[in-house]
Amino acid sequence: MKQYIGRRVGYSLLSLFLLSLTIFFFVRVTGDPAALLVEPGASAEDIAAIHHQFGLDRPLWVQYGVFMSSLFHGDLGQSFYYRTPVMDLYLSRLPNSLILAVVAMGFSLLVGIPSGILAAVRVGRFWDSAGKLFALLGLSMPSFWVGLLLILLFSVYLGWLPSSGAGTPLHLIMPAFALGWYFAAAHMRLTRSSMLEVLGSEYVKLARIKGLPQSLVIAKHAFKNALIPVLTLAGVNLVIMVNVAVVVETVFAWPGIGRLLAEGINFRDFPVVQGVVIMGGAMIIIVNLMVDVLYAVIDPRIRLER
Amino acid sequence: MSTQAELIVAPPSFRRRPVFSWLGDFPLIPTLILVVIGLVAIFANVLAPHNPEVGSLVARFKPPFWQTGGSTKYLLGTDQLGRDVLSRLIFGARVSVVVGFTAVIFAGVIGTGLGILSGYLGGWVDQVVMRLTDTWLALPALTFAIFLAAIVGPSMWNIVLILGITYWTRYARVIRGEVLSLKEREFVRLAVVAGCSKRTIMVRHILPNVINTAIVLGTLMLGVVIIAEASLSFLGVGVPPPQPAWGLMLSDGKQGLMVGYWWLTVFPGCCIMLMVLSANLLGDWLRVKLDPQLRQL
Amino acid sequence: MSSSTPNSASYEPTRRAVPAATAPLLELQNLSTHYVSAQGTRVVRAVDEVSLRINGGETLGIVGESGSGKSTLALTILRILPPAGRIVSGKMLFEGEDLLEKSEAEMRRVRGKRIAMVLQDPMASLNPLFTIGDQVAEPIRVHEGAPRATAWNRAKDLLKAVRIPSPETRVTQYPHEMSGGMRQRIVGAIGISCEPRLLIADEPTTSLDLTIQAQYLNLLRDLQRQHHLALIFITHNLGIVAKMCDQLAVMYAGRVVETGPVSQIFNAPTHPYTEALLNSIPRMTDSTQRLTAIDGQPPDLAALPAGCAFAPRCPRAFGRCRDAAPPEFSEVRGRTARCWLAAQGEAA
Repeated sequence: MKQYIGRRVGYSLLSLFLLSLTIFFFVRVTGDPAALLVEPGASAEDIAAIHHQFGLDRPLWVQYGVFMSSLFHGDLGQSFYYRTPVMDLYLSRLPNSLILAVVAMGFSLLVGIPSGILAAVRVGRFWDSAGKLFALLGLSMPSFWVGLLLILLFSVYLGWLPSSGAGTPLHLIMPAFALGWYFAAAHMRLTRSSMLEVLGSEYVKLARIKGLPQSLVIAKHAFKNALIPVLTLAGVNLVIMVNVAVVVETVFAWPGIGRLLAEGINFRDFPVVQGVVIMGGAMIIIVNLMVDVLYAVIDPRIRLER
Repeated sequence: MSTQAELIVAPPSFRRRPVFSWLGDFPLIPTLILVVIGLVAIFANVLAPHNPEVGSLVARFKPPFWQTGGSTKYLLGTDQLGRDVLSRLIFGARVSVVVGFTAVIFAGVIGTGLGILSGYLGGWVDQVVMRLTDTWLALPALTFAIFLAAIVGPSMWNIVLILGITYWTRYARVIRGEVLSLKEREFVRLAVVAGCSKRTIMVRHILPNVINTAIVLGTLMLGVVIIAEASLSFLGVGVPPPQPAWGLMLSDGKQGLMVGYWWLTVFPGCCIMLMVLSANLLGDWLRVKLDPQLRQL
Repeated sequence: MSSSTPNSASYEPTRRAVPAATAPLLELQNLSTHYVSAQGTRVVRAVDEVSLRINGGETLGIVGESGSGKSTLALTILRILPPAGRIVSGKMLFEGEDLLEKSEAEMRRVRGKRIAMVLQDPMASLNPLFTIGDQVAEPIRVHEGAPRATAWNRAKDLLKAVRIPSPETRVTQYPHEMSGGMRQRIVGAIGISCEPRLLIADEPTTSLDLTIQAQYLNLLRDLQRQHHLALIFITHNLGIVAKMCDQLAVMYAGRVVETGPVSQIFNAPTHPYTEALLNSIPRMTDSTQRLTAIDGQPPDLAALPAGCAFAPRCPRAFGRCRDAAPPEFSEVRGRTARCWLAAQGEAA
């Protein structure tokens, strides 16, 4: 197992490196970065000053070195709008996004997994068709539209739930639902196909041959095995959720990093935008690594491998 | 002793309707919807009753014609600048169709090309492309698209470019896998033995065999790309106003939401959903039809 | 029925009262199983009018090519067919009761407890996420309601009975840590765990190395004797049949074409297919250079010809064979053959 983890860590480091390279590359290649780093409405002298201040007149590889070293120190620059370090802004908003993502993920698993299992066990019959329909709708409706519709129904017409902001669990319900809806459909689909595959396996056949009741066959033998790919996906999806939440957070004015990104765009606050992207990518890489490690711990086949 | 088979025919447990056929019946309605949307996009000038970009301030926030206060002049109502919703929907189809299809094709070409190169040539080419792909996949697609849009500034073709750049990795991975297994097949080996150049093999033998997969991927990506474009427009980094886009309409519609102007939200969203739904259904059918192995996707 | 649980270190089978051997333990009468495609258009007659009989403590070998319906027959007996499979007609009398009339709940009590089965691929049969002990103890806990500790002790005894060294350590290990031969024994241990009367072994040695096969077969025979088990041995290997089985049933295209005692059939087969099978085994004394094969291909079970299924490939087929499928003829007591040649009293 150690070798496996070692390999994965090395691989992640490589990915992080490539990530920084990509960001760096794109910013440089699409025009004068000074234009981005300057606040709107700057004069030519300001731009020249920026060139010098940010070292944009130095050779590229030096610039990259500076870029990397500041990344190492967690320095993502300073927000124009808020006049505070981007990293601080990011970290202060991150918990909100995490809460939203965790609740949304919980919702998506709570709905997705049982419906996927039900669809697989009743394959070809009513619940399977219902499940497939639900999955299709979930994958076709943009999350922010779901959010807007929810506001329309629950805030405007029924007046039950608050339409924006955070603070109480009531504020959390609609955003989590809107965010989790798509993933519930994706998880349901994967659970269904994984379950179908497991139900056709030899060890499930043997479990039936042993005379085990159907409920035990499903709950014990099929369930755990079917769940492996789903949980892997869920772990990866969690981070994706945090990043994709940008639109949902905008709809509900939820103070997370997605909203931070949207603000960055609106206020043309480039350091914020760049910072969010870098952190977003880094988080995905790290979480992928953690999921792989977790996988290694859970699955005895990997755990006991040298 | 039974010499005639007693055919036990299982009664279908649910009535199959064409829209939800999973076993090979052609998905007529989804395809029709896509065709209609495509036609609407092409003939927008002719079909739209009003100019989508110019509104009459007198006619702001008019509801659809069947509600009180609405009129048949503005069938589906008007927005905050008095622009006709129906016309904006019709012209918005243009953006979705053009951006959607072009971005998908663009991503497909890059992704398939790199996938073939990577899969067939192997070696360091493969390593480089794969690492690139993995890193790219690690980047949150939407966030990255937003990032790029913020850098280059919004315009329709920039958006196409951005979406293509963001999503090519989905193709590359799968195509590479296909190529790897194709490489072992007889006809490829024969071509190698016959002395064909690598380029010939890749173009004449490998490419036609992965086209199917690429097409299926394309239909599946279409939905994703359309939602991505809508999200970008919603956030204000998509196709710039005054050109109408469905996502942009949703963003504008937010203003009227709290006051109950539901038509500004429901109609554009329905259009997006219909298009994505149809693309997904078509993609599912194609997936089953063209290659059962792809059911893993 | 068994009334005592063994508590000694070595696993001794309980002495079951053996009923007087008048009625067969398992009797299949005109059993047919079809696979129906989803739209109901294609019907595969996997098992067609099969009648078989096995007595307690006996070993019945079922031989046939792949696709002859042997595995489907096994699944039919336990009623665990895939969704597309339907048992269309016939009776399955086990200890006098018709299994087809039992409810699903009653069948579950039969499976594992009174009739057990061993599958072909032991790696795939064992759940990779659970320990060996868990999987062996499971049927004991489910069928006999034994508490965990008791069941695990029984599991260790069972592992010892199937000759797995150091069962105490093995019991907490996982399937992937075992060799193929050990896994197959574990599956065997699972099979006998609740002391069934009948064990169905579906090609249990096909995935084992040759050197291990012999050990495994010896083990099966010993277990059978100790527990007075009836054994249905499904295989395509006639050599194993010769070594292990008392009775033999030959299957072709879903039908049983010949039955009888093994030695009699081997010496004087009635059905041309059986004869061809026996001839195709290369013998050391053969001086011919070429291997004898049977011409042609097995038929498509969804589109069987009107007459005898073997007629297209049969060197002795004549007019009647192609017109009508022969019924089972029993010219000698204890032997049957589904062949028009038998009707005319012409033996090989």
